[in-house]
Formats: sequence, C-alpha cells, structure tokens
Amino acid sequence: MKQTLFTIEHTRQLTADTYEMVLSGDTSAITAPGQFVDIALPLRFLRRPVSVANWAKNELLLIVRVAGEGTRELVRSVPGTELDILSGLGNGFDLESCTETPILIGGGVGAAPLFGLAGRMRQRGVTPTVALGFRTAEDAFYLEEFTGLGCRLFIATEDGSLGTKGFVTDLVRAVPECTDAFVCGPTPMLKAVRALPQLKNGQYSFEARMACGFGACVGCTIKTKSGPRRVCKDGPVFHKEEIEW
Amino acid sequence: MVNLEVSLAGVSLKNPVIPASGTFGYGREFSEVYDLNILGSFSFKGTTAEPRFGNPQPRVAETPCGMLNAVGLQNPGIDSVVAQELPNIAKIFHGPVIANIGGSTAEEYVENCRALDSCEQMGIIEVNISCPNVHCGGRNFGSDPKSAAQVTAAVKAVTKKPVFVKLSPNVTDIAEIARACADAGADGLCLINTLLGMRIDLKTKRPLLANRTGGLSGPAVFPVALRMVWDVYEAVDLPIIGCGGVSSAEDVCEMMLAGAGAVEIGAANLKNPFACKSIIEHLPTVCERLGVTKISELTGGAHRE
Repeated sequence: MKQTLFTIEHTRQLTADTYEMVLSGDTSAITAPGQFVDIALPLRFLRRPVSVANWAKNELLLIVRVAGEGTRELVRSVPGTELDILSGLGNGFDLESCTETPILIGGGVGAAPLFGLAGRMRQRGVTPTVALGFRTAEDAFYLEEFTGLGCRLFIATEDGSLGTKGFVTDLVRAVPECTDAFVCGPTPMLKAVRALPQLKNGQYSFEARMACGFGACVGCTIKTKSGPRRVCKDGPVFHKEEIEW
Repeated sequence: MVNLEVSLAGVSLKNPVIPASGTFGYGREFSEVYDLNILGSFSFKGTTAEPRFGNPQPRVAETPCGMLNAVGLQNPGIDSVVAQELPNIAKIFHGPVIANIGGSTAEEYVENCRALDSCEQMGIIEVNISCPNVHCGGRNFGSDPKSAAQVTAAVKAVTKKPVFVKLSPNVTDIAEIARACADAGADGLCLINTLLGMRIDLKTKRPLLANRTGGLSGPAVFPVALRMVWDVYEAVDLPIIGCGGVSSAEDVCEMMLAGAGAVEIGAANLKNPFACKSIIEHLPTVCERLGVTKISELTGGAHRE
C-alpha cells in the first residue's frame, strides 16, 4: 500500500453510468491485475474503492461505474484535479498457475480488471478467451479494446441486443475447452459461474462494501473455507477452493 | 520543545495519541506503513473469550462526516490473541498496550482479564461495556449503573493492571454510569463508544446494514464526545481517555481541555492510515500556539475559572 497523489489526465464516458479515467502518478505499489485503489473525495468521509483496469509506469487506468453521489463527484472531477489515492491494495489475480486456455469472465463493470489481466496474459504469450455479460448493448464497453489485445471475445446481453441472448454462463458452456476461469462481477454471477462443472480452476474477484480498504476495520469480512477473510486485504481475488458457496 | 508525555493511572505514555479499538486491528496492517513506536499506545481489537465472525454483510456504511459500522466484534478469541497476536505486537510496538476486552457475562470479562494479567506488555485493560452491535456484547452492562459496577468490580478483583471502563454514549446520563464505575474501583474511563444509528438504502427501501443498526463514528460525533468527556470530568476524579471523532491535533487538544488525559483516534485511521502519525507530528506546533510546554497541562483546562 502506498499513499500517492494522482492527477486526472482525462475522463471519457463509456456508457450511461460508466466512465474511463486516466490518471498520472506513481503506480509502483501495483503489482498484479485485480488489485484496487482507494480514492479520497473532498466531500466524503470514506474513500471509494475502484479496481485497477490497467497500469503502466506513471499511468493508471480506471473504469468507474457511478454507484452514488461519491462516484458521481469522482467522474465529474476536471482534468488536472489531484486525488489522494491509496494504491496497490489487495491481492490480485495469480498468473503463475494460469494454463494455456484461460477464460476471463466479467459481468458489467467487472470487465474492468480483466482488461489489465488480459494484457498481462498476452505479454506471456497466452491468448485468453474473454466472456463478458451486460444488461443491454448500451451497457457494453471496451469491446474493441479487448479484441485489440488479440483476445477471443464473446458477449452476452440479457435482452439479446448484442451477442448471445442470456448470461455469461451460456458463453462459457460454448467453449468447453476452457477450464481455467478468472472471474469478476456481481455476486450472483460469481455464484452461477462457480457452479459450472466445466471450470476446474478459478479465481474469483469479490465486491464488498468497505470502510478502510486495507484490512484494519474488518468491515468487509466474508466466510471462507479457511476461516474469516477480509475482501480488501486477503482478497479481493479468492481461489475457487476457498469460497464457501 | 513541547513535552508530550502523559500519564494514565500510573502508566506513562510518550504522547496522548492512541489508535482506538476496532480501527487498528492488532497493529499488523499499520506496522506495514509506519513505525508504531511513535504512538503513545494502541488499543487492540475488542477481544472475546471465543472467536467471533461478527455480523453479516454489509456491515459498514457512510454517513455525513462519518460512518456506521456493525462489525459485531469480529475477533479470533482470547487464546488465539495471546498465542499469535501478542508475540507479534511485542515485535512491532514496545510501549504499553491497551487490551480491549468484550464479554457477554461478567465471568467472560473476568476470564479474559485473567488471560491478559500476566502479559507484561499490557499497560491497561479497557473493558468494553458499550459495543452497540452485539446484543450480548456488553451493551446491557454499559447502560445500567448497577451492571457497569458489577463488571468493574469483578474485573478489578482479578487483575493488577489499571482497568479503564469504556462507556456508551447511548444512555440518558453518562455521568451516572461513570460514578458507578468509579465507586466500583475503576482506575479510569474511556469515552465514548459509537452512537447507535442507522441508514436506509433508497434502492431497496431496507436498512443498509444487515444488522439494521450500527455505531456512528467520525467527525460527526466529536462535539457529542467532547460534551460527555466534559460531563464525566466534572462527575468523577478519574483519568479519562477521550474518544470520538478526533481527527486532528487541534481536536486532541480540545478533548484534553475538556478533561481527557489521553485521546483515542478511531475512524480517522480508516480514512487516512497515516492519521495518528500526522497528528503526533503536528501536536507540538499546536501546543506552542496554545502556550503550553507540557501537553498534560491541557487536561481539564477548560474547567478552570
């Protein structure tokens, strides 16, 4: 964990409630895709945890979904605004155990950390399959960015307005050769994906309401097979075997 | 040079700044980001006899100028704390530690006290009779003077360490509870614990916290805490640890002027992990501005004619 001042370089609206933000600042504390940052806002008491979509030396890419007034203030902040950020929080995805045919499964804004993950996999010479689920075509984002990395991309929407009509689980069943999952999205989606017998291995990124973001308050604790674990500090990524449901 | 040293019931602290229980774990997370030895002390996570998972999710929520928590005393239990956390605390902090203990019966408090009495590094036992998030977490003890006195006396009988009772603000007359603890032999008091509150999620129209209610902390509660420290200082002749919404060196001094001998910092640690460090660094400047060379001179200063 490192406390750093980042500067907003630009913000771009991707969908009705989702924004891409590029910030400049010291990213040295970020060591793995799937980690997150915790952003202080001038008018709010608690920081806002946001997963790292991608990073390079001195550049941080965030994809922010507006969930309330705090995140709305964040995406409305003008370029040049400095943000007090705790960087490099949590344990991200573990790439060491990744096989040759990984599948990255994202729901909604859960696609964000998978982008940085896909990029790291490509650097290792692995071409991931990416399965993303959105409510409608209007909610989809970053499709060109994923295909631009050379990923094999499949999309599902609940209303069928883009890609397959249905859920990410339908997409996963269509690629039975993929057994190694990297998953981020809302809890019901995580549960549905984890229940697929096809997926032998899996790393699941959890969402939780947090206060501190660095393990002190234990506000975000979940039950796991190895006992109580903090989503912020012991996660947010947990291996399939650790998850209770 | 400003002398920041303070003394609480014979326990000497290098400065009055103490991270509050429940916002600092057992020190591990913060020891990764700064040297804990700059602190006066720290009060570790409320510990019960048995391990506790605490309440279901969600258990934190934001409020204007503060937050609610309904963690519900998640802790690994006293045996695990003695076996695993205390040896680690000995490595990362060399001053006297404040042991915060919870319980659902007077016997449980007594057992926890016994387990810690021989631990040399425990400077003070902080008896939490005021957790608002656990029905059997001492809240009943903290809202009734007789029960508060009963726990205080029971604990005092089994430990040589100074016993500070942590008081609840969720009472009609905090001074009455304070007097009951003082009469039962408490060596000091810590106040306040969090204020019982709640929020409703407009999306679901249901309480935001799974526990429905939670404890309010943060700058929003500072004036309430300050007033209660003032009242208790008038009511009893015991050292007081002031706690509640303290976020700056100025707040520390204000709390001491109201009657606190030392000050606990809670929610501020969660917003800024370096809060205690920057408060300690800023204290000498504020003391100089106030014209004091010994910070302990501030204690109760606002009561003097």
